Amino acid sequence: MFSWLSEERGSIAAVIIVTLLLCLVISIIIGLKQTSYRAKDEVFGDPERTLGGWYWTLTGISSILLLWFYFSWGMARAFFPETGNELCQAAKIDTAIAPITAALPINSRYFKSTTLTRRNLEQLEILEKKLPADVYDKAEQEKLLKIILQSKQIIEIFSNPKNQSSDSIRAFETIQDGFRELSKTLRFGYEGLIPHPEALTQPKWGTDLTEIPLLPTTPRGVLLDKTSQDAKLLTKIFLKTRNNSAAADALIKTTKEMINNIKKSNESSDFEEDILSKRSAYVKAVERIFRRLDDGTIFPPSALDNLSNSVNDFFLAIAETRGSLNIIDRILVPGDGVVKSKTQCTEQGSGRWLPKPTDVIATFVKLANPDIEGGGGYKGSTLLWWKWIQIADILAFFIPDSLIDLFPGDYGRHSETGVFQPNFKDKALALAQGDIYLGAVPMLDGHIWDSLFRVIVALGLGIGLGVPLGIYMGISRFFKSFFDPIIELYRPVPPLAWAPLILTIFGIQDDGKIFLLFMVAFAIMVISARTGASGTQLSKIRASHSLGASDRQILRYVILPNAMPEILTGIRISIGVCWGTLVAAEMLAGTTGIGFIENVARVVSNYELIWVTILIMGLLGLAFDILMRWAIVKTIPWRGKG
Amino acid sequence: MSDLVCENLSMTFANPQTGVKIEALKDINFSLKRGELLSVLGPSGCGKTTLLNMIAGFLNPTAGKMSLGGNLIEGPGVERGMVFQQGALFEWLTVSKNVDFGLRMKKTPESESSKLVEKWLDIVGLQGFGDTPTYQLSGGMQQRVALARCLVNGPDVILMDEPLGALDALTREKMQSLILKLWKETGKTIIIITHSVEEALLLGERLFVMAPRPGRIHKEYNLPFAGKGLTKSLRDIKHDSYFGEVREEILTMIWDMEEEIMGGV
Ligand SMILES: Nc1ncnc2c1ncn2[C@@H]1O[C@H](COP(=O)(O)OP(=O)(O)OP(=O)(O)O)[C@@H](O)[C@H]1O
Ligand SMILES: [Mg+2]
Repeated sequence: MFSWLSEERGSIAAVIIVTLLLCLVISIIIGLKQTSYRAKDEVFGDPERTLGGWYWTLTGISSILLLWFYFSWGMARAFFPETGNELCQAAKIDTAIAPITAALPINSRYFKSTTLTRRNLEQLEILEKKLPADVYDKAEQEKLLKIILQSKQIIEIFSNPKNQSSDSIRAFETIQDGFRELSKTLRFGYEGLIPHPEALTQPKWGTDLTEIPLLPTTPRGVLLDKTSQDAKLLTKIFLKTRNNSAAADALIKTTKEMINNIKKSNESSDFEEDILSKRSAYVKAVERIFRRLDDGTIFPPSALDNLSNSVNDFFLAIAETRGSLNIIDRILVPGDGVVKSKTQCTEQGSGRWLPKPTDVIATFVKLANPDIEGGGGYKGSTLLWWKWIQIADILAFFIPDSLIDLFPGDYGRHSETGVFQPNFKDKALALAQGDIYLGAVPMLDGHIWDSLFRVIVALGLGIGLGVPLGIYMGISRFFKSFFDPIIELYRPVPPLAWAPLILTIFGIQDDGKIFLLFMVAFAIMVISARTGASGTQLSKIRASHSLGASDRQILRYVILPNAMPEILTGIRISIGVCWGTLVAAEMLAGTTGIGFIENVARVVSNYELIWVTILIMGLLGLAFDILMRWAIVKTIPWRGKG
Repeated sequence: MSDLVCENLSMTFANPQTGVKIEALKDINFSLKRGELLSVLGPSGCGKTTLLNMIAGFLNPTAGKMSLGGNLIEGPGVERGMVFQQGALFEWLTVSKNVDFGLRMKKTPESESSKLVEKWLDIVGLQGFGDTPTYQLSGGMQQRVALARCLVNGPDVILMDEPLGALDALTREKMQSLILKLWKETGKTIIIITHSVEEALLLGERLFVMAPRPGRIHKEYNLPFAGKGLTKSLRDIKHDSYFGEVREEILTMIWDMEEEIMGGV
């Protein structure tokens, strides 16, 4: 059932998108009607005007969801499921001929040869001016100037069409013809081409770790894929082509020798260190430019003109082949399209960091699946489920082994016949170590529960210890003065600033995190309980004295209930702060919990997982807050009315 | 037996910051027989609340002593019930739980206490409101709950500090009748502080007019109106010529005192 849903997520998305569009249109129509109808008897600025705008809520929700579908490329995938695959095939061509396009003014303004020529000449001029006369003698200076002059001459030879190497002329013709041939094939069309059967068994777009299936699944894709393979051969030829004519080679050879001579003289003679370093720095700079020239990649522009034309025509042919794909690409695929790297095709821009809504749901379902062996959950744990835990383990947690050591008597020994008969103390030790079977109880389990558990335990401790202390601080001079400095000193420190210390002392597992959260909750609870207790009206206290209440009774029946609103508000704030701190602490260290999942997702750049954890955290935070608001209304209905 | 006796009562407040001493009360002497109804009048700041708080046991006098029925007063006690200007009700409890509070503190058995609560709610005219939260009551109803909460404990003396100050004129008149009725039926000793001269005259069997700086009893009256109020309508009594006479006298007295305070500023 789930695998079917997973396979069909594209079509499901299509249904959802259509529904959302309908909702959007209908809610806007209702909204406009209501507005014009209600505008008659409303006064501007009246807060009542904000009531009852469910249709605008619907408009807002549907538009945000539609935007999500759009920018995550969910619309493109829903209505044109082959788009990704075809764009991938087109991207293959771009990658295949990238070296050729880089040499031509196709995606740039200049020929690569022009840029090279300009830059090298500029730098040669600069070197000529900066020739260090203080470290080279006259003869050497002349030699260096000659090297520079010859380098310029090499550029001259390369740029002159008359001197172009015959090899390169022939190679360019081959490449041109190749592109013309490819263009012709492209224009012939892709009718009758059949995708390889293997291609049809690939996981669909976005349903697997490889985002976009690599093998072509459509006739058009087959043609583009085939073209990219042929184009790769042309690129190979191009990369091997050199403009080394005999004249150029001769000049290159002599220049190289001259450079080597100077380098040799630097090495053999014993100059002072700073002079030597100046001399070799200059030669190195000259040599660096020469190296850029001696591989013969500068061509006369006219030699590249024909190639340029044929490649331009090739691109036209691709665009014609892409046809409808161009329109989809432009309208439904915001961002930078698909890029083919060595091993895979990836979505670029918003398509990359914003996962499609249905993919997020699929990831969530996978995470929530309690069947770990069946591929569910994440890192050995699901989101929220249950398991049996041994009662003995719980007891063992609370009974320290050293307590048993204090029992009277000795631990048992093995007898002469080699038999060990456990005595009372041995049995007690077994209990303290959880080695006895006492039955099992069901217990919640999973990443969400791990996070919740930490918050609940810390909150319980914080409330249990913080509220009594806070109340006493509200009514007793000793408690107030004694504890105030301690709490006021640690409370203003952002909780996460404590984390490295606490996690070192108490460990990165539950203990450390619970203690960290306990510190957070404790301070908040103390302060709110104190405020609540010290805010008790004197007349109420006096009235209860006159009614015969003892001090303890006043504490229990007057001061505590009176502080209740503040305490509950404190709990509400504590939950929020604890939740935020916990997630951050889990990202710092640990092996389970929602924050842990997000941290791993961040490391492996799994954007779907990141979004799933963000959504889970948001929803849980919202659930806490709703729960607390409900609890506040239920338990202290008198709030603000006393 | 249960006379309330105050001898040479003095109370001096020292401002902890400035060290300035205020003689809130000086040499107060009076005794109140069981079942007497005393009303106290006086300009603002003359020490009325201070006096009441001392009798209730919330404040210790700096000099002098007080006793009730021969027992020295040294702290709050159930035999002296207090009704505050604003009910000082426990808003987290319902009406009957509020009334029940004193009994619960004494651990009175449920069966007994619920009957008592029921009875007193009846007497103050709040039958059927037992389960209502107190924040849903009107001001007059809240004061009645406060009265019932005090009376259910069976105090010998009831101390009231401007109990009707926050009520509107009509409710106030009804509450005045209720206080007179309770006084008659229970025979309790009552001290009531008020700012209204008419109220003081109507309710007080005895009446103290206090003067400030230092706080002292300026003049004392014995009045017949409280007894009449049990049989006659309160509004009729106000038309009594003697009533008008005393009212004018006291008003002038307090006016002069206020004048002196203001003029001194
Ligand atoms: N806790 C206190 N600390 C210092 N001075 C106080 C304190 N309580 C009362 N006083 C002073 O004692 C004097 C009497 O105050 P009290 O409250 O008894 O007056 P009152 O007669 O009840 O006035 P009102 O009619 O306005 O209620 C006032 O001058 C007041 O400033
Ligand atoms: Mg007062």
